[in-house]
Amino acid sequence: MEIGLVHYLFVAAALFTIGCFGIFANAKNVIIILMSIELILLAVNVNLVAFSSFLGNIEGQIFAMMVLTVAAAEAAVGLAILVTYFRNRGNIAVEDINQMRG
Amino acid sequence: MLAAIAFYVLAAVAVISAFAVIAARNPVHSVLFLILTFFTAAGLFVLMGAEFLAMLLVVVYVGAVAVLFLFVVMMLDVDFVELKQGFLQYLPAGALIALALLGELGLVAGAAMQAQHHAPIALGEGQGAITNAEAIGQVLYTQYLLVFQLAGLVLFVAMIGAIVLTLRRRPGVKKQDIAAQVGRKRSEGVELKDVRPGQGLG
Repeated sequence: MEIGLVHYLFVAAALFTIGCFGIFANAKNVIIILMSIELILLAVNVNLVAFSSFLGNIEGQIFAMMVLTVAAAEAAVGLAILVTYFRNRGNIAVEDINQMRG
Repeated sequence: MLAAIAFYVLAAVAVISAFAVIAARNPVHSVLFLILTFFTAAGLFVLMGAEFLAMLLVVVYVGAVAVLFLFVVMMLDVDFVELKQGFLQYLPAGALIALALLGELGLVAGAAMQAQHHAPIALGEGQGAITNAEAIGQVLYTQYLLVFQLAGLVLFVAMIGAIVLTLRRRPGVKKQDIAAQVGRKRSEGVELKDVRPGQGLG
């Protein structure tokens, strides 16, 4: 019943796959797509912390903190863009976002 | 034994709630399931001995990011049922890619299981009896000082970007402009009319 590195890798793989699947399955809803990206980044964080913990090296956790920072910044800017887009268009359907197409 | 039970419970809850995030019909439920996923991931971090990051995950994600999502979901007046219409259209391609991805990642993890015969080294055994936060603090402010400050810069730029994107000046809204109010001159505010007696202002 020893829980090893591989167990955590499987959990992270499942989370990563669900995140990628969520982007395809909810291709119309930007909010769910942003949440799927958060899930993917969480899976990456689980991997980093698992390797850091099982290799006895703290650097992985430093890197996970940086991923956390970038994820927070990405969520803030992404949601700000979403709010601005909603003010201009009145909906957030992804397939209509082609105004900048040449 | 207890750690193994905790791991399996947390892992199962994490995966199920992650699936509920993308499958829920109501986006508010999605956000709430996202919060549950982050909480269970924090539990997994605690199991791995990374207490500091676990607390950071709860504070940053549950306290800030998830609430931000909730705020935006509730603020936007969107018909989410309509957005759910194309669910089946992209399902086959998405399922195919997800299965391929899961297969590859499982293969890698399985190969790692084959290769790993030695017992895992738990963090903290090799470095004496210092806590996780202490170990992070020892390198974060010395060896990784530049990275730490760059992280602050990223957050600063993101903050300015979000403010600039969402700030708007609406025309026709009456607001007090103190500079204009104080800087007004007598010649702008008062007009003298030469009124003739008995005629009034025409």
